[in-house]
Parts: sequence; C-alpha cells; structure tokens
Amino acid sequence: MSGPFLSLIRWQVFRALVVPLALVLATAIALSACTTDDTETSEAADRAAQAAERAADAAQRAAAAAEESGQGGSQADGGSSAQAAQAAGRAADAATDAAQAAGEAASAASQAADRAAQAAQSASAAASRVGQDEQIEDEDPGDLTIYSGRGESLVGPIIERFEELTGIDVRVRYAGTAELAVAILEEGDRSPADVYYAQDAGALAALAENGVLSQLPNDIISSVPAELADASGRWVATSGRARVLVISPDRVPNPPTSVFDLVDPEWRGRVGWAPTNGSFQAFVTAMRQIHGEGATEEWLRGMIANDVRVYPKNSPQVQAVHDGELDIGLVNHYYLIRQTSVDSDWHGVNHFTDPGEAGALINIAGVALLNASDNDGNALRFIRFLLSEEGQTYFREQTFEYPVAAGVSAWPTLVSLDELNPPSLALTSLSDLEGTIALLEEVGALP
Amino acid sequence: MTIFGGTAEFPSRLRFNVPIIWMLALAAAGAACIPLVYLVIRAAEADADAWSKVVADSTLRLLLNTAGLAAAVTAASAALALPIAYLTERTDLPFARVWRTITIMPLAIPSYVGAFAFIIALGPYGSLQDLLAPLGVENIPSIYGFVGAWLTLTLFTFPYLLLVVRAGLRDLDPAIEEAARSLGQSAWGTFWRVTVPQLRVPIAGGSLLVALYVISDFGAVSMMQFDTFTRAIYVRFGSSFDRSSVAVLSLVLVALVALVLAIDWSQRRSAKYHRLGTGAAKTPRLVSLRRFRWPALLGLFVVSAVALLVPIGVLFHWLSVGLQNGETFPGVWSAALNSVYASGLAGAVTVAVSIPIALVVVRRPGFLSRIVDRAAYVGYALPGVIVAFALIFFTLRVTPGLYQTIATLVFAYAVLFLPQAISGVRASMVRVQPGLEEAARSLNRTPWQTFYSITLPLIAPGVLAAFALVFLTTMKELPATLLLAPIEFDTLATTLWGHQEDVFFARASAAALLLLACAALPMMILFGRDRDLRA
Repeated sequence: MSGPFLSLIRWQVFRALVVPLALVLATAIALSACTTDDTETSEAADRAAQAAERAADAAQRAAAAAEESGQGGSQADGGSSAQAAQAAGRAADAATDAAQAAGEAASAASQAADRAAQAAQSASAAASRVGQDEQIEDEDPGDLTIYSGRGESLVGPIIERFEELTGIDVRVRYAGTAELAVAILEEGDRSPADVYYAQDAGALAALAENGVLSQLPNDIISSVPAELADASGRWVATSGRARVLVISPDRVPNPPTSVFDLVDPEWRGRVGWAPTNGSFQAFVTAMRQIHGEGATEEWLRGMIANDVRVYPKNSPQVQAVHDGELDIGLVNHYYLIRQTSVDSDWHGVNHFTDPGEAGALINIAGVALLNASDNDGNALRFIRFLLSEEGQTYFREQTFEYPVAAGVSAWPTLVSLDELNPPSLALTSLSDLEGTIALLEEVGALP
Repeated sequence: MTIFGGTAEFPSRLRFNVPIIWMLALAAAGAACIPLVYLVIRAAEADADAWSKVVADSTLRLLLNTAGLAAAVTAASAALALPIAYLTERTDLPFARVWRTITIMPLAIPSYVGAFAFIIALGPYGSLQDLLAPLGVENIPSIYGFVGAWLTLTLFTFPYLLLVVRAGLRDLDPAIEEAARSLGQSAWGTFWRVTVPQLRVPIAGGSLLVALYVISDFGAVSMMQFDTFTRAIYVRFGSSFDRSSVAVLSLVLVALVALVLAIDWSQRRSAKYHRLGTGAAKTPRLVSLRRFRWPALLGLFVVSAVALLVPIGVLFHWLSVGLQNGETFPGVWSAALNSVYASGLAGAVTVAVSIPIALVVVRRPGFLSRIVDRAAYVGYALPGVIVAFALIFFTLRVTPGLYQTIATLVFAYAVLFLPQAISGVRASMVRVQPGLEEAARSLNRTPWQTFYSITLPLIAPGVLAAFALVFLTTMKELPATLLLAPIEFDTLATTLWGHQEDVFFARASAAALLLLACAALPMMILFGRDRDLRA
C-alpha cells in the first residue's frame, strides 16, 4: 500500500472523528455549564444584595418619617397632633420594613455563603440533589414556576403580590392555554412547571385525564362550590365569568328573557355576536349539550336570518352598544364593568337571561398542581393564596370576574353566582370545540 | 498508483472537501427534519379514529383552501416583487436607496398585527366604511375570508421574494442584457426575455419561501377567519389536546408541502448562471424611466402605504390614545434588547448553517444534495407551534440541560428559518464561477482559505440578504418563542401578543412600533449603505 493513500485514509478518518468529537465536547461543556450551581450561588448573592438595598432604603424612610414625626411633635399645638401621630405611624411601619428587609438581607447573605460552601463541597454532585439539600437545610422560601394561559395584565399583579408576601421567587411562562397544556403533556415528568393556570376548564380536564395533575388537598377543593372544581380534586376554579347580554336600557326597555327570543323579528339587525371568540364558542357548545344539536342549529340559522351583526371580539360590541350602533350584544359580563368602573356615564347594562339555559353559562379560570413538581409546598401556598380573601377580592375588583371562594361577594351590579344557578352541566363537557366549529361553519356563522 | 495517489498530483476539491461539507450539510438537514421525526413518532400512537377523521370531506376542503391561498399569494407576491426589485436596483428611480429599505419593511410587521390593523381600517364598521359613509356607501365588501387572508399575506410576505430577487439581480452580469439591447431588444423586452429568465433561481427560491410561509401561517388566517390546514391544526389541539391526532393532521400538511416541493423540483432545470468567459461583471447602467417615473413612484407609494402606513397609522392611533390616558410601557426596552439579541444570534447561526447546504446544492448537484435541500424546508413549512412541541420532545430527551435556554431557542429558529437563509445564499452562489475557486486551489490554497478569500466575498450580498431575512422573521416569531425561550425572557413579539390578548392596545402598539424600529435599523445599515449604482 502506498504512503499517500494511507495518509489520505488517516486524514479522512481523523476528520470524520474530530468533528463529531468536537461537537460532543462542546455539548458536554455547555451542559455542565448549565447544571453547575454557580448560577444559583450568584443568584442567592444577588438576592442578598437586593435585600440589603431594600433594607437601606427602608431605614432611610424610617429616618425621614421619624424626623417628620419629631417635627410634628414639636409643633404639636392645635390640630397637627393627628398629623404627627400619622407620621409616627409611618415611621414605625418603615422601621418594621427596615428590620424585615435587614433580616431578609442577613438570611439571604448567609444563604449565599452556605450555598457557596455547599457548592464547593458537592461540585460533582448532581444539580437536582443540590436543590433538594437546600430545601431541607435552610429556610429559603424557594421558588415557584407557573405556566399561565391567562395574560400577564390579568394575573401579573396578584402573582407579584404573592411574591411580596412570601418572598418566594415566582417565575411565570405566559402563552396560550391550549399550547401550554400540550407542552406540559410533552414535557411529562420533566416539566419545569409546578403550577398550571388555565383560562378554561377544558384544558384542565384534558391534563387531569392524561394523569399529569396531582390531587389537591381537601381544604382547597371544598373552598369552592362543588361544580367549580374537578370531581376527583385535581383542579380548582379561581374565578368565573358569566355569559350575559349587554343591552342599551333606553332602546331595549323590555329585554328578552332567553337567548332563544333573539330570533324574533323584533330584534332584526339589532343583535351582535363574535363567532370567533372562545367564550362564545363555549356557549354554543353548552347550548348543544343542554338543548340539543337540532335546537342549536335552528337558533344559529334563525340568528343569521335575523341579520345578526358580526364582531371580531366581545369588547367592540360593548363599545357599539355605547355608541348607539347596536342594541344587544352577546358577551361576557366583565367587558361592561371594565368601562363603567372608569366612566360612570357609560351607556349599557348587563342583562342576565333565564337561569338554567345555555345563555346563563358560567366559564371559569382555574389552577392545578403538576405531578412533575417537587415543589408542592410553594405551589399549594400559591393556590391557597388565590382562593384567599385577598386573592378573591383582587379578581372582583381588578379583573371584574366572579369570586368563587372565601365568602367574597360578586360585583354589586351582578346577579350572584347562587342566584344565577348556571345550567347544570359539567364544565369539562365543553371541550367538544371541533363539533361546535363544524356547526358554526355549516350554518355559515364562520366562513 | 495514480488512482490512489491522485490527490497528491491532482488537487481536486472533490476528494478533500466532500466529507466535511457533506457532514455539515447532512447534519443541518437532519436537524431540520426533527419535527418530522416527532410527528411520525406521535402519529404512530394514533388510533384508527384519528386516521379516519383525515379521510373526511373537510380535509379535502382544507387542502384546497390552503393550496389555493398559497398559490394566489405567491402569484401576487411575484407580481409585486419583480417590478419593485427592478425599479429599485436598475432604474434611475428617485430615492432608490430609501425605497430599497422601505419596500422590505412590511416583513417586520407580524401577520397577526397586520391583519388586525386591516380589520380595524377596512373591516365592517372600520375607518374606510366611516370615510365612505357620507358618500352613501352602506356596505363595503367583507374583508373576512379569502380576500382578507390573501391581501394580508401578500403584503406582508412579498418582501421575501423581493429580497432574494434583488440579491440575484445585483449579482447579475449586465453584459447579457447589454448584448440584448445592442441586438435591438427594447428595455421591456430585455427585462422579460433576458433578465427574468436569468433570475429563475431566486424567483423559484423566493416563491417557495412565500408559498410555504402561507401554508404555515396562523396569525393572518385566524384573524381573517379563513380556514386553512394550520388553523385546523390549532383548533384540533385547542379542543382535543390529543397530540397523536394533531400529528396525523400535521402529516397531511407535510404531504401537501412535499407536493409543493415536488412541483418546485420539476420546475428547476439544471443550468449554469455564472459567467463562462473571462473577465468580470461590470456595474450595470441604470435604465432611464422617463415618463414612467411618476407612475412608478405612485405604484411604490400605494404598495408601501397599504402595507406600512395603514398598520403604522393604526398603531400610532392606539399609542396616542394610551399616552393621553397616562399609560406606561413597562419592560418594553428590555424586550427590545432580547428581541435583537435572539434574532441576531438566530440570523448568524442560521446563515452559517445554511452555507454548507448551499455549497452542496450548487457545487455537488445530484440526488442526495437535492434531498438535503428539500429536507431543510420541513421545519419551515410546519406551524411554529408544532416545531416547538417537537423540540420540547427532543431537547428533554437528548439535552435536558439545554431545555428552555437561549441555545434551544436559537436552534428552533434555525430549524424554522433555514430555507430563508439557504435561498438567500444560494441565489448568490450560483453566480460564482467555479473556475475562480479552482484557480485558488491550484495556487495551493486550502479549501478553507479558498472559501474564505474567494467564495465568501463573492456571495456576500446573498449572505447579507439571508441574514436580513432570518433576522426579520425571527423578530416576529411567536409560537416557538412563547414555549421555548428561557422563562421570563420577553421579546417584543411576546410582549405585543400578551398585551393584544389582554386588549391593552396602547401597550401592544408600543411594542409593535418598537419592533418595526428595531427591524428598520439593521435594514438601513445593510441596504442603505450598499454600493451605490450611480457611482
């Protein structure tokens, strides 16, 4: 065999080996970089620094407030004693804050030190073990990972409040409810998520069916009405929304008592709907379940024959009723309250149709704990917080939804959940969206 | 002896280059096929019911809808892109440089934003209706359905064709056109008989990009309520959460894509597009527009007005309403930084990965290289959310440590947008004379040196175009970003989506406008300063 040939062979073999080897090496390095605890240590140090900063800040505020109260005290003649007392109160508050923050700073700093030591000791140990050790050994409130199908502007503030109260570091992935449900199924045991927060019951039911959800403790399940939680306790509603008619009280003095009346000639061209909206489609699904396919199809055709006006979403209908363009819109209850809460002159009222019919459907948003989570403590703490008085009040005051627990009552202008007596229908039976869309297309409500 | 020792005396690139280039190309094509492997694995778990659903009337209707929309959008895009490319590159159009940037900007508008703006402006009870109402126009034709989807997708995807065709046009040797002119052809005749046929590769590549983008798009079709396959896939997993039945449906989509690729395959004939004789291409002489100057300007203005001014106008309207109400825009700057960072990385990585494939396709034509080329299109033609599911599946099994890191995200972008980079690079690559590379090799340059000092500078316009394409598309990518980005890594696209979902239109428009600005800046640097044809 000739020399050049051999060298060629060697060269080729070398190339064929070196490239994949380099790739594997690079991957391994990247992987090890990801799994070492450097990041965690530095994170803890960061937290310590932040807490220290907060402490300093609070101390400053305390000083300022104390000074103010001193001033108030010195000029405490006459009516300013109240002011002084207030300022003193503020000073006390701020001092407490300072103390708390300082405590946090200290504990976080010691944690950081602990963790650094630990990291040095167990540099070769698996990352997961490090995580476990930490939880047992120190009082770090730890973290929580949420997959949220509800938007950040809806649930972001209440999650932030939870972080504030507990010190738990909450991380949220926001995406569509359905996408996250499939992602969780695909992730299986390896899901980084602890809690799944869904916009509707169908997604929760699908996850429960696939066995990726954990059983929730009884106190959580029993804190809401039975029909607003999973029968086997794997998810629970946190808030509700009702289907209503938004109407103009001037132009519609005698509103219909049932959505089925809307096909009457009286309402020709005066009613609007949003056939692409998810809540509308859930309502049609409920109608199919309660009143049957035939009645639903007849109603849909009747509405179209009655010149129903098509809107891309719910909110434009509320606007259209206000503008005088529309007399009745098929919407969720909270769009109107969003407007009336900032503009008391807003024209339009929510009208509830007969209880027991599809028109009185309640949809829910709800949460569940994942099997894959090894962080049950924090996850349950979060779920309990959502169902607490503070959490429920937030949903009533800020997102204008129906509270479902803790005895918090509904928004004053709304019919209460009990009185509403929503159609007796398992929320999870609303998942036959494909059938509904096929029907909507067949009658021409959807192109 | 000569057979074995051939390489020593005969430094043919064939022997030395083959393994490494092929390895890289095959690896890239393999990565692009990950979603296909995932679909096959999931579909194998499907029951008979899922398969029987596929053989339904609705499937045929969906296929026809999807294919019809793709064909119509591609044809309209070509009708827009060809004249615009010619006008901005080869004529004395006033402000040609500015137009070059403006005409590709529609790419930066996500289709769901564009569709939403069109509904606001042109829909029932929209601005146009309000304008026409005093004139007694009661009802304007509905924008929903096919017309709306076609209009939206054409206006926001034709720049894919434009960018690729323009890069091809820039590399075109004007000598042939001059020969045609000297032989008595008119400027018009030269354009049709000489220029357009020479641009066959970029036109075919760009058309494929547009057609497959339409097939995979969800934003515009869902807003315009036009039922395509991608929309059906979304409805299916949104209602059944059944991955195997979604996979079955997606495989039907893959079959449609295979058909499109096969049509494209049969259309591409082997031909040489590089200069055969000696000498170098000279700078083309600009065609004088004369009396067509104003109509041309008007046409460009109308296209840009509809594709850019309408959406931007709607966005600014909401922004001003928000500003009046004292709205704040938290987190929008860090989202912009994240967007530019992720898109820049995605652009660089995807272009780097696409070069071996383009090299193999152009320099080693054959069955295998064609397969490699086609395989790269799989990820691109599938809905982004399916690619995201596939990468969740694979990352957690193969490299769990990299799950939901920027590395996975950039990898996903590369899988999704590889064909954009390939067609950009390839359009330039076909113009490079192999003789130049051979000369360098014969002068004892290594393959790497040859590539670096000869090939790369010659394909630079294509590489830039490729980077621009991937960068712009990544900026607006949504479904894969939502699922695969590191947790709480907000980009402009995700911020925009979140606020739009929650009906905070002012915040959404701030993010959308910033997205446009971030996309415009690199475009101006890349295309505003390129060699001035007038010099």
